[in-house]
Amino acid sequence: MKLPRWFHRLGSPPHVYGLADAVAPWLGRAGLALMAIGAVWGLVFAPADYLQREVYRIIYVHPQSAYVSMMAYTIMGVAAGVGFIWRIKLAHAVAVSTAPIGTSFTFLALATGAIWGRPTWGTYWDWGDARLMSELLLFFLFLGYLALRAAFDDRDKADRVSAVLAVVGIVNVPIIHYSVEWWRTLHQGPTITRFDEPAIDVSMLIPLLIMIAAFTLVFFWLLLRRLQAEIVERERGTRWLRGLLGGATA
Amino acid sequence: MSEFFAMGGNGAYVWSAYGITLVVLIWNIWAARARLKRNLREAARDTAVEEPVQRPKVTQL
Repeated sequence: MKLPRWFHRLGSPPHVYGLADAVAPWLGRAGLALMAIGAVWGLVFAPADYLQREVYRIIYVHPQSAYVSMMAYTIMGVAAGVGFIWRIKLAHAVAVSTAPIGTSFTFLALATGAIWGRPTWGTYWDWGDARLMSELLLFFLFLGYLALRAAFDDRDKADRVSAVLAVVGIVNVPIIHYSVEWWRTLHQGPTITRFDEPAIDVSMLIPLLIMIAAFTLVFFWLLLRRLQAEIVERERGTRWLRGLLGGATA
Repeated sequence: MSEFFAMGGNGAYVWSAYGITLVVLIWNIWAARARLKRNLREAARDTAVEEPVQRPKVTQL
Protein backbone atom coordinates (compact mmCIF):
# COMPACT_ATOMS: atom_id res chain seq x y z
CA MET A 1 0.00 0.00 0.00
CA LYS A 2 1.33 3.39 -0.96
CA LEU A 3 0.64 6.11 1.54
CA PRO A 4 -0.19 9.60 0.28
CA ARG A 5 2.45 12.30 0.41
CA TRP A 6 0.62 14.42 3.00
CA PHE A 7 0.72 11.46 5.35
CA HIS A 8 4.48 11.11 5.09
CA ARG A 9 4.89 14.83 5.71
CA LEU A 10 3.16 14.44 9.08
CA GLY A 11 6.41 12.89 10.26
CA SER A 12 8.43 15.93 9.26
CA PRO A 13 9.05 18.40 12.11
CA PRO A 14 9.41 21.54 9.93
CA HIS A 15 6.23 20.70 8.04
CA VAL A 16 4.23 20.03 11.19
CA TYR A 17 5.64 23.15 12.89
CA GLY A 18 4.52 25.30 9.96
CA LEU A 19 1.13 23.59 9.80
CA ALA A 20 0.56 24.10 13.55
CA ASP A 21 1.64 27.74 13.28
CA ALA A 22 -0.91 28.35 10.52
CA VAL A 23 -3.84 26.46 12.06
CA ALA A 24 -3.45 27.21 15.80
CA PRO A 25 -4.56 30.89 15.80
CA TRP A 26 -7.82 30.00 14.05
CA LEU A 27 -8.56 27.18 16.48
CA GLY A 28 -7.91 29.59 19.33
CA ARG A 29 -10.14 32.34 17.99
CA ALA A 30 -13.00 29.98 17.12
CA GLY A 31 -12.69 28.10 20.42
CA LEU A 32 -12.67 31.18 22.63
CA ALA A 33 -15.51 32.82 20.67
CA LEU A 34 -17.67 29.69 20.96
CA MET A 35 -16.80 29.44 24.65
CA ALA A 36 -18.00 32.99 25.26
CA ILE A 37 -21.22 32.32 23.35
CA GLY A 38 -21.78 29.01 25.12
CA ALA A 39 -21.15 30.50 28.56
CA VAL A 40 -23.59 33.38 28.07
CA TRP A 41 -26.17 31.06 26.51
CA GLY A 42 -25.82 28.51 29.29
CA LEU A 43 -25.78 31.01 32.16
CA VAL A 44 -28.37 33.49 30.91
CA PHE A 45 -30.60 32.15 28.13
CA ALA A 46 -30.93 28.44 28.87
CA PRO A 47 -33.90 27.71 31.15
CA ALA A 48 -33.50 26.50 34.74
CA ASP A 49 -33.79 22.77 35.37
CA TYR A 50 -37.11 21.52 36.81
CA LEU A 51 -35.32 19.54 39.52
CA GLN A 52 -31.88 21.11 40.07
CA ARG A 53 -33.01 24.68 39.29
CA GLU A 54 -30.03 26.99 38.61
CA VAL A 55 -27.16 24.85 39.86
CA TYR A 56 -27.47 22.49 36.87
CA ARG A 57 -25.71 25.23 34.82
CA ILE A 58 -22.41 23.63 35.83
CA ILE A 59 -23.32 21.16 33.05
CA TYR A 60 -21.90 23.68 30.58
CA VAL A 61 -18.34 23.29 31.94
CA HIS A 62 -18.17 19.96 33.80
CA PRO A 63 -18.81 17.17 31.24
CA GLN A 64 -16.74 19.09 28.68
CA SER A 65 -13.70 19.08 30.95
CA ALA A 66 -14.16 15.36 31.60
CA TYR A 67 -14.54 14.63 27.90
CA VAL A 68 -11.40 16.65 27.05
CA SER A 69 -9.48 14.82 29.80
CA MET A 70 -10.40 11.45 28.27
CA MET A 71 -9.71 12.58 24.72
CA ALA A 72 -6.35 13.98 25.86
CA TYR A 73 -5.38 10.69 27.47
CA THR A 74 -6.43 8.70 24.40
CA ILE A 75 -4.36 10.94 22.12
CA MET A 76 -1.43 10.75 24.52
CA GLY A 77 -1.59 6.96 24.72
CA VAL A 78 -2.01 6.39 20.99
CA ALA A 79 0.73 8.91 20.10
CA ALA A 80 3.10 7.39 22.66
CA GLY A 81 2.33 3.91 21.31
CA VAL A 82 2.96 5.00 17.72
CA GLY A 83 6.21 6.62 18.83
CA PHE A 84 7.25 3.50 20.68
CA ILE A 85 6.46 1.00 17.92
CA TRP A 86 7.60 2.92 14.84
CA ARG A 87 10.20 5.08 16.63
CA ILE A 88 8.66 8.30 15.41
CA LYS A 89 10.03 11.19 17.47
CA LEU A 90 7.23 13.53 16.48
CA ALA A 91 4.67 11.09 17.91
CA HIS A 92 6.46 11.23 21.26
CA ALA A 93 6.43 15.03 21.00
CA VAL A 94 2.62 14.90 20.59
CA ALA A 95 2.29 12.63 23.64
CA VAL A 96 4.44 14.92 25.82
CA SER A 97 2.52 18.00 24.67
CA THR A 98 -0.83 16.44 25.58
CA ALA A 99 0.09 15.51 29.15
CA PRO A 100 -0.01 18.89 30.97
CA ILE A 101 -3.22 19.95 29.18
CA GLY A 102 -4.84 16.61 30.01
CA THR A 103 -3.74 16.85 33.64
CA SER A 104 -5.27 20.31 34.02
CA PHE A 105 -8.59 19.31 32.44
CA THR A 106 -8.79 16.17 34.58
CA PHE A 107 -8.29 18.38 37.63
CA LEU A 108 -11.00 20.69 36.29
CA ALA A 109 -13.43 17.81 35.78
CA LEU A 110 -12.83 16.59 39.35
CA ALA A 111 -13.13 20.10 40.82
CA THR A 112 -16.29 21.15 38.96
CA GLY A 113 -17.80 17.73 39.68
CA ALA A 114 -17.13 18.09 43.40
CA ILE A 115 -18.63 21.59 43.39
CA TRP A 116 -21.70 20.25 41.61
CA GLY A 117 -21.96 17.25 43.92
CA ARG A 118 -22.30 19.27 47.12
CA PRO A 119 -25.71 20.89 46.38
CA THR A 120 -27.11 17.94 44.38
CA TRP A 121 -25.77 14.83 46.16
CA GLY A 122 -25.06 16.46 49.50
CA THR A 123 -21.37 15.62 49.28
CA TYR A 124 -18.29 16.88 47.45
CA TRP A 125 -16.77 13.45 47.09
CA ASP A 126 -17.65 9.77 47.38
CA TRP A 127 -14.86 7.19 47.62
CA GLY A 128 -17.28 4.47 46.54
CA ASP A 129 -18.34 6.01 43.23
CA ALA A 130 -16.87 4.29 40.18
CA ARG A 131 -16.96 7.36 37.92
CA LEU A 132 -15.17 9.51 40.48
CA MET A 133 -12.57 6.84 41.21
CA SER A 134 -11.76 6.13 37.55
CA GLU A 135 -11.44 9.86 36.78
CA LEU A 136 -9.18 10.25 39.82
CA LEU A 137 -7.10 7.35 38.48
CA LEU A 138 -6.83 9.23 35.17
CA PHE A 139 -5.42 12.21 37.08
CA PHE A 140 -2.80 9.98 38.71
CA LEU A 141 -1.95 8.36 35.37
CA PHE A 142 -1.23 11.80 33.92
CA LEU A 143 0.83 12.79 36.96
CA GLY A 144 2.63 9.43 36.86
CA TYR A 145 3.47 9.92 33.19
CA LEU A 146 4.91 13.39 33.87
CA ALA A 147 6.81 12.22 36.95
CA LEU A 148 8.23 9.22 35.11
CA ARG A 149 9.49 11.46 32.29
CA ALA A 150 11.07 13.83 34.78
CA ALA A 151 13.06 10.92 36.25
CA PHE A 152 15.13 10.53 33.06
CA ASP A 153 17.78 12.90 31.80
CA ASP A 154 17.93 11.16 28.45
CA ARG A 155 14.95 12.20 26.36
CA ASP A 156 14.82 9.08 24.17
CA LYS A 157 14.74 6.90 27.25
CA ALA A 158 12.04 9.09 28.85
CA ASP A 159 10.01 8.81 25.64
CA ARG A 160 10.19 5.04 25.54
CA VAL A 161 9.62 4.29 29.22
CA SER A 162 6.79 6.79 29.67
CA ALA A 163 5.15 5.46 26.49
CA VAL A 164 4.62 2.09 28.16
CA LEU A 165 2.74 3.70 31.04
CA ALA A 166 0.72 5.89 28.65
CA VAL A 167 -0.34 2.89 26.53
CA VAL A 168 -1.26 0.67 29.48
CA GLY A 169 -3.32 3.48 31.03
CA ILE A 170 -5.60 3.69 27.99
CA VAL A 171 -7.55 0.79 29.51
CA ASN A 172 -8.89 3.28 32.04
CA VAL A 173 -10.59 5.46 29.39
CA PRO A 174 -13.43 3.05 28.48
CA ILE A 175 -13.72 2.22 32.19
CA ILE A 176 -14.44 5.91 32.90
CA HIS A 177 -16.97 5.99 30.08
CA TYR A 178 -18.89 2.87 31.08
CA SER A 179 -18.40 3.24 34.85
CA VAL A 180 -21.85 4.80 35.23
CA GLU A 181 -23.45 1.81 33.51
CA TRP A 182 -21.35 -0.99 35.01
CA TRP A 183 -21.58 0.28 38.56
CA ARG A 184 -24.76 2.22 39.26
CA THR A 185 -23.46 4.29 42.14
CA LEU A 186 -23.81 8.03 42.73
CA HIS A 187 -22.85 9.58 39.40
CA GLN A 188 -25.64 9.95 36.84
CA GLY A 189 -25.69 8.11 33.52
CA PRO A 190 -24.86 9.60 30.11
CA THR A 191 -26.97 12.50 28.90
CA ILE A 192 -26.19 12.71 25.19
CA THR A 193 -24.48 9.48 24.17
CA ARG A 194 -27.43 7.17 24.68
CA PHE A 195 -28.95 4.77 22.22
CA ASP A 196 -32.34 6.48 22.40
CA GLU A 197 -32.76 10.23 22.24
CA PRO A 198 -30.73 12.57 24.49
CA ALA A 199 -32.10 13.00 28.02
CA ILE A 200 -32.03 16.76 27.76
CA ASP A 201 -34.25 19.44 26.23
CA VAL A 202 -33.08 21.16 23.03
CA SER A 203 -32.94 24.55 24.77
CA MET A 204 -30.30 23.11 27.10
CA LEU A 205 -28.68 20.80 24.56
CA ILE A 206 -27.61 23.56 22.12
CA PRO A 207 -25.38 25.49 24.55
CA LEU A 208 -24.08 22.12 25.83
CA LEU A 209 -22.99 21.14 22.32
CA ILE A 210 -21.54 24.62 21.69
CA MET A 211 -19.42 24.21 24.81
CA ILE A 212 -18.27 20.74 23.74
CA ALA A 213 -17.14 22.19 20.38
CA ALA A 214 -15.48 25.13 22.18
CA PHE A 215 -13.55 22.91 24.62
CA THR A 216 -12.44 20.65 21.74
CA LEU A 217 -11.14 23.58 19.66
CA VAL A 218 -9.37 25.14 22.65
CA PHE A 219 -7.78 21.78 23.49
CA PHE A 220 -6.36 21.35 19.98
CA TRP A 221 -5.20 24.98 19.97
CA LEU A 222 -3.25 24.42 23.19
CA LEU A 223 -1.96 21.08 21.91
CA LEU A 224 -0.59 22.60 18.70
CA ARG A 225 1.11 25.44 20.60
CA ARG A 226 2.71 23.00 23.02
CA LEU A 227 3.70 20.76 20.13
CA GLN A 228 5.44 23.71 18.47
CA ALA A 229 7.34 24.37 21.70
CA GLU A 230 8.28 20.68 21.93
CA ILE A 231 9.46 20.59 18.30
CA VAL A 232 11.65 23.67 18.85
CA GLU A 233 13.19 22.04 21.91
CA ARG A 234 13.87 18.74 20.13
CA GLU A 235 15.10 20.28 16.89
CA ARG A 236 17.61 22.69 18.37
CA GLY A 237 20.60 23.14 16.16
CA THR A 238 18.93 21.82 13.01
CA ARG A 239 19.30 23.79 9.84
CA TRP A 240 15.59 24.42 9.28
CA LEU A 241 15.14 25.82 12.78
CA ARG A 242 18.14 28.13 12.37
CA GLY A 243 16.61 29.30 9.11
CA LEU A 244 13.28 29.90 10.82
CA LEU A 245 14.95 31.94 13.55
CA GLY A 246 16.84 34.02 11.02
CA GLY A 247 20.26 32.68 11.85
CA ALA A 248 22.94 31.39 9.52
CA THR A 249 21.70 28.38 7.57
CA ALA A 250 24.93 27.48 5.85
CA MET B 1 -29.32 41.48 38.14
CA SER B 2 -28.53 40.37 41.71
CA GLU B 3 -31.05 37.59 41.14
CA PHE B 4 -28.88 36.40 38.25
CA PHE B 5 -25.75 36.29 40.39
CA ALA B 6 -27.61 34.56 43.23
CA MET B 7 -28.49 31.60 40.93
CA GLY B 8 -31.44 30.71 43.14
CA GLY B 9 -29.26 30.55 46.24
CA ASN B 10 -26.62 28.35 44.61
CA GLY B 11 -24.52 31.19 43.24
CA ALA B 12 -21.44 30.11 45.20
CA TYR B 13 -21.43 26.70 43.48
CA VAL B 14 -22.19 27.90 39.96
CA TRP B 15 -19.74 30.80 40.03
CA SER B 16 -16.90 28.87 41.66
CA ALA B 17 -17.26 26.14 38.98
CA TYR B 18 -17.07 28.75 36.22
CA GLY B 19 -14.28 30.58 38.06
CA ILE B 20 -12.10 27.48 38.29
CA THR B 21 -12.76 26.77 34.62
CA LEU B 22 -11.58 30.28 33.74
CA VAL B 23 -8.45 29.92 35.88
CA VAL B 24 -7.53 26.56 34.29
CA LEU B 25 -8.16 28.01 30.83
CA ILE B 26 -5.99 31.07 31.46
CA TRP B 27 -3.22 28.95 32.99
CA ASN B 28 -3.23 26.68 29.93
CA ILE B 29 -3.03 29.58 27.49
CA TRP B 30 -0.30 31.32 29.49
CA ALA B 31 1.76 28.16 30.03
CA ALA B 32 1.64 27.03 26.39
CA ARG B 33 2.60 30.49 25.18
CA ALA B 34 5.39 30.97 27.73
CA ARG B 35 6.91 27.60 26.83
CA LEU B 36 6.91 28.27 23.10
CA LYS B 37 8.42 31.73 23.64
CA ARG B 38 11.12 30.42 25.98
CA ASN B 39 12.09 27.56 23.68
CA LEU B 40 12.26 29.86 20.67
CA ARG B 41 14.44 32.29 22.63
CA GLU B 42 16.77 29.53 23.74
CA ALA B 43 17.00 28.08 20.23
CA ALA B 44 17.77 31.56 18.89
CA ARG B 45 20.68 31.73 21.30
CA ASP B 46 22.21 28.70 19.54
CA THR B 47 22.30 30.55 16.25
CA ALA B 48 23.96 33.52 17.93
CA VAL B 49 26.77 31.43 19.41
CA GLU B 50 28.70 31.46 16.14
CA GLU B 51 29.32 35.17 16.48
CA PRO B 52 32.58 36.07 18.27
CA VAL B 53 32.18 36.06 21.99
CA GLN B 54 32.81 39.47 23.49
CA ARG B 55 35.28 39.48 26.31
CA PRO B 56 33.96 41.35 29.33
CA LYS B 57 36.01 44.45 29.94
CA VAL B 58 37.19 45.02 33.46
CA THR B 59 36.95 48.72 34.05
CA GLN B 60 36.59 48.78 37.76
CA LEU B 61 36.81 46.45 40.67
